[in-house]
Amino acid sequence: MAWKGVALALAGAIGLSAPVSAQSLTMAVGAPVTSLDPHFHQLSPNNAVAGMVFDRLVNTDGQARQVPGLAESWSTVAPDTWEFKLRRGVRFHNGNEFTAEDVAFTFRRVPNVPNSPSSFTAFVRPIREVQVVDSHTIRLRTDGPYPLLPQDMTNIYILDRETHENATTEDFNSGRAAVGTGPFRVVTHRLGDRIEFERNDEYFGDKPHWQRVNYRMIVNDSARTAALLAGDVEFIDQVPTADLSRLRRDDRVHMSEVTGLRIIYLSLDHPREEASPFITDNNGQPLPRNPLRDVRVRRALSMAIDRQAIVDRVMEGAATPSGQFFPPGIFSYVPDLPAPRFDAEGARRLLAEAGFPQGFRITLHGPNDRYPNDGRIIQAIGQMWTRIGVRTAVEAQPWTTFVARAGRQEFSAFLIGWGSNPEGSHPLRNLIATFDRDRGWGASNRGRYSNPQVDALLTEALRTINDGEREQILIRGQRMALEDVAIIPLHIQTNIWAMRRHLRHESRADELSRAQDVKPAR
Amino acid sequence: MSDVTLDKAPVAPREETPFRRFVSEFMSSKIAVGGLLVFLVIVVVALLAPWIAPQNPYDLGQIDIMDGRLEPGEVGASGITHWLGTDDQGRDMLSGIMYGLRISLTVGAGSALIACLVGASLGLLAAYAGGRTDTVIMRLVDLQLSFPTILAALMILAFLGKGIMNVVIALVIVEWAYYARTVRGSALVERRREYIEAAQCLALPTRRILFRHLLPNCLPPLIVVGTIQVARAIALEATLSFLGLGVPITEPSLGLLIANGYEYMLSGKYWISFYPGVALLVTIVSINLMGDHLRDVLNPRLKK
Amino acid sequence: MTVYLLRRLLQSLLVLVAMSVIVFVGVYAVGDPVEILISPDADQFERERAIRALGLDLPLWQQYLVFVKNALQGDLGRSFVFSEPALQLILQKMPATMELAFGAMFISILIGLPLGLYAGLKPESPGAKVIMAGSILGFSLPTFWVGLMLIMVFAVQLGWLPSTGRGETLYGWSFLTANGLSHLLLPAINLALFKISLVIRLTRSGVRETMLMDYVKFARAKGLSPARVTYVHVFKNILIPVVTVVGLELGSTIAFSVVTESVFAWPGMGKLIIDSINVLDRPVIVAYLLIIVLMFIVINLVVDILYSVLDPRVRLEGQA
Repeated sequence: MAWKGVALALAGAIGLSAPVSAQSLTMAVGAPVTSLDPHFHQLSPNNAVAGMVFDRLVNTDGQARQVPGLAESWSTVAPDTWEFKLRRGVRFHNGNEFTAEDVAFTFRRVPNVPNSPSSFTAFVRPIREVQVVDSHTIRLRTDGPYPLLPQDMTNIYILDRETHENATTEDFNSGRAAVGTGPFRVVTHRLGDRIEFERNDEYFGDKPHWQRVNYRMIVNDSARTAALLAGDVEFIDQVPTADLSRLRRDDRVHMSEVTGLRIIYLSLDHPREEASPFITDNNGQPLPRNPLRDVRVRRALSMAIDRQAIVDRVMEGAATPSGQFFPPGIFSYVPDLPAPRFDAEGARRLLAEAGFPQGFRITLHGPNDRYPNDGRIIQAIGQMWTRIGVRTAVEAQPWTTFVARAGRQEFSAFLIGWGSNPEGSHPLRNLIATFDRDRGWGASNRGRYSNPQVDALLTEALRTINDGEREQILIRGQRMALEDVAIIPLHIQTNIWAMRRHLRHESRADELSRAQDVKPAR
Repeated sequence: MSDVTLDKAPVAPREETPFRRFVSEFMSSKIAVGGLLVFLVIVVVALLAPWIAPQNPYDLGQIDIMDGRLEPGEVGASGITHWLGTDDQGRDMLSGIMYGLRISLTVGAGSALIACLVGASLGLLAAYAGGRTDTVIMRLVDLQLSFPTILAALMILAFLGKGIMNVVIALVIVEWAYYARTVRGSALVERRREYIEAAQCLALPTRRILFRHLLPNCLPPLIVVGTIQVARAIALEATLSFLGLGVPITEPSLGLLIANGYEYMLSGKYWISFYPGVALLVTIVSINLMGDHLRDVLNPRLKK
Repeated sequence: MTVYLLRRLLQSLLVLVAMSVIVFVGVYAVGDPVEILISPDADQFERERAIRALGLDLPLWQQYLVFVKNALQGDLGRSFVFSEPALQLILQKMPATMELAFGAMFISILIGLPLGLYAGLKPESPGAKVIMAGSILGFSLPTFWVGLMLIMVFAVQLGWLPSTGRGETLYGWSFLTANGLSHLLLPAINLALFKISLVIRLTRSGVRETMLMDYVKFARAKGLSPARVTYVHVFKNILIPVVTVVGLELGSTIAFSVVTESVFAWPGMGKLIIDSINVLDRPVIVAYLLIIVLMFIVINLVVDILYSVLDPRVRLEGQA
C-alpha cells in the first residue's frame, strides 16, 4: 500500500527515454494470434497478421472500403460471373511469381484445412466454378447473381500453389510456410507470445517504413498500457478506456482513433409467447405473457436507456451512441435513424399503454470479459430500467459460460456485440433474419427475432448486383427491423491505438493492428 | 483447600477452568487484544452495514452513473457526501466497503472454517487409521492439490452459477486438502509418541484418541495454516473476482471492489481500489494478530 | 521400498484417470468450445463443420474413449485453438514457468529463512515484530494488485526493470542472460511474495517450539555455543515443516503462476492454461492437468521420502 504513495509522488516526475532504432518497431496487441496459417482460424488478430504477410484479391482501406489488392479490377461479365484482372509482376517472398493458378489453388485449399475451429469456407462456398482465363485473369461463376463476391474476397488471403500445395498449419506456425506476397516476411514466431518480422523490399505496394517489427501479445490491459508508458513497447492497440484520460494528458503519447464497425446491443427474447425465463411481476410471480413481444415495451426499454450517459461515463467517450448497425459514411448506413432519444417519462407512458403501469422485474445478462466495460454497461442499464419501474437484476458471467447459454435462448435480455462487414446484408442476415439452418441465416440471431418482410427484402438484396439499388433495399430492411426494435442498439465502439509521440498511425475501422499502418511522425 | 466442599468449588472466585486460563493468557498480550478489538469493530460494522451505511450499494435504483468516479469528499447528485469517493457506477465507496466486508468475512471465515473441519478430520483419520483409508484420502488430496484453483472454481461456478455461497463452496473444495495434508503430517509424528500408545493400551475409543489426544497436539501447525488460509481465502476470492469468476458484480466483495478499481490505477483514480485495499488489509492483519497469539496460547509445547 | 513405490505408482494412475474424467465432464458442463472459437458470422453449416472437425459431434463417452486410446499411444490430442499437439505446446512453455517458479522459491527461501530464524530467536525484538507485520502484508495483498504496483514503480516510474515479457534466452533459459534475468526479477518477486511470508512464519514458529524442547535445553546446558545450537540442533528440526510446505508449494507455485504470468505477459504454462480455459481448449486443459498431477505425485513422493530421511520417527507405509 505504501508503494501507492511513492508511485503517485513520482508520477510525472521522471521522464522516460525509450532508445529507439529508426528502423525497428515494437508493438503490442491485446489479443493473441493463434496461427500464421491465414485459412486456419477466422479471428481478427490472425487476420491482422495475415494482412502483414499475405495479400487479398480485394484489399480494404482504413474505412473498410474495397481497394485493389492482388486484383487490379473486377466486374461482372455475366449476371452470375465475376471476372478479376490480376496484378502482374508480383512475387512471393521466395521469388515465385503470382498467377491465376495460385488463386484457384487458394480456393481449393480454404475448405480443406484440417482441425480448423472456424474456417473461411463460407467465403468460397458461393463459387460454383473457377475458370482460369489466362495467367492473370480469373472468372468465378456463382449460382445466380451474387453481389457479395468482392466483399467475400476481402477475407481470403492468397497462397502460392507451389509452396503451399501440401503445407500444414504447423508448417505455417513454424514460419517455414509463412510465405506470402505481403509487405513483411516472418523471421521467428513464438506461439501466443511474439512474432518477429522483417520488411519485404520487393513489395508491390507502398513500402513499409520498418526494417524489423517485433509484434508482441500482451493480453492484460493494464500491463499493456504500462508497457507503453515504460517504453518497452512503442505502440499498443485496444487501449483500455480506464486509461484514456491519463494517456490523453500524457505528452509522451499520441493516440489514433476511428469509429469502428462493432456495435454493442441488447438482444431480447422474441419467440416465447408465455412466460420468459427471467421476467416476473413485481412479486416475483411469472407473468402470463412475455412483455417483450409487445413492441411498445421494447421501445420503452430502448427509450429508457441514456446512451450518451453510458458513452460519457462508462465508455469514457470511446463510443458513439447509435440506433443502427453502422456509423455514417459506411455503405448501407440508414439516414435519419438517429440513436433513440433518452426519455424516461415517455418510456413509463409506453409501458402503461402496454399494460404494465407498475412495470415488471427482469434479469439482464451479459458477459464480463468480452467487450470493453461490458459488465459496467449492463449495470448502468439496470439503473436506468429500474428508474422507469422495470426492476432489473444484473448478472454478468465469463464469456465461456455466457455464450453457450445465450445461444440456447436461456435468457430474457442480454448484452452482446457484433462486428460488421461494411454491407447491410451482413448484420441483417446473421442477427435479424429468421433462424434457418438450410439457408444459413440467423445463425447469430440468439433472440430469434423473425419478420418475413425483412427476410423478403434481404432475399431481394442478395440478388441485386447494382450497389446503389442494393443499398436502398438494405436500408429499407434495416429500418423496418430497427423500428420494430428487433434489437436494442446501444453504441458503436471507437477503435483506439496509443503510441509513443514519435509515431503516427493510420487508424482502421476493422480493428486490425498492422505494422504497415504505423509510420514515424514527421 | 481440603475443607472446601465440592458444592462451593464451582463458584470459587479464583477457580481456574481451562477456558479462563485461556482467556487470561490471551488477554496478557496487548497486540492480540488490539487485534481482537479491531476485528470486533470490523465485525460490528459489517453486521450493522444496512443501518449505518450512507447508501445501499446493491440497489441499482439508489446509485447513479452520473455520480461515477467522484473523488473522496465530493457530493453526489443525491446529496450524499462521498467521503471515500465513488466507483465507476456511482456507488459510494464507504457503503460499498461496509457491505463488502460482510461478503468477504462470510466468504473468508466461512470457507476456512468448513474447509478446516473437513480437512482436519480427514487428515487425522488418514494418519491414525493408515492403510487403505490413508491411501484413499491422500490420493484425494493429491487430486485436489493438483487441480488449479481457478479451473476448479470456474467449473464449480459454472455448475452452480455465480453467488456468494457458491464461492464459499468452491473455496472449501479448493482448500480442504491443505488442512488434511498439514494435520496428517504432524499427526504421523505424534501418532508414534508414547502418550498415544498409552491411550491405545488403555483401550480408549478411537474417537476420543483422535479428538482429545491427537488433535490438540496437531493444533499449532493447523492454526498457522488456518490463519493463513482465512487471509488466503479472502485474497483468493479477490483473485477470482479479478478473473471475473467471483461474487456477482452488483454485490461486490472487498476483493471485487479492488479488482474493479485496479483498472483505474494507472489513471490516478486510486480511491476505487485503495480504500477497499486498506479495509482488506486491516481485516486480515487483525485476524492474523489474533491467530499468532492464539497459536502460542494453544501450543502445548510452549507451556512451561 | 520397491513395493511401496509400485503401489504409489498404481494409485497415481488411478488419480490420473479420475482427473481426466473430471476435466472431460467439467469442460463439457462449462460450455461449448465451438461457440467460443467460431467466427460470429459463421453460418449453421460452418458451425456443424467445426463441431465435426474438432471431434465434438460424438457422444461424450465416445470422445473420452478416443482420447484414452490416443493417450495410450502417447498422443494427448491437438489443441483446438492452435492445432498443435497439446503436449508439445505445454512442454514448449514449461521452461519459462519452471524458471519463474524456481526463481520465486529461491527468493522466498533466501529471504524467508533468515528472517524467520531471526524472528523466532528474538521474538520480542522490534525487528521481529516488523518482520511479522511485513509477512502479514505478504499474503494479504492480492497478487494481481501487487504485480501492477511492481510494474508501476519499477518499470513505469523508475524505469529500472522491463515491465512485461520474457527476455533473451540461452538454451531456452532466460536466467542465463542479463537481459533475461532483468525480465525475470519482477514476476519472480511477485510470485515469491506469498511464499516469503509462508516461510517466515513456518520458520519462526518452528524455531520457537524447538527452542523449548528438552534436547535443545540439554544442548545448551552442555555448553554448546548458541550458534551451534541454532544451526545444528534447531535448524535441523524446523526443516521438516519447511521442507513439506516448500515442496508442496513448489507444485502449487507452478500451478498457480497463472495470475503472475498474465499480469506480466510471461509466456509460460500458467498463461497458456488460463488462455485455454477462456476458450475451453479441452485437449490443452487435459494435458496440462495430467502433467501437473504427475508433477504433484512426484513431489509428494519426494517429500514423503525426505520426511523419513529427516525424521526417523516417520516410516513409510509398506516398509515395515
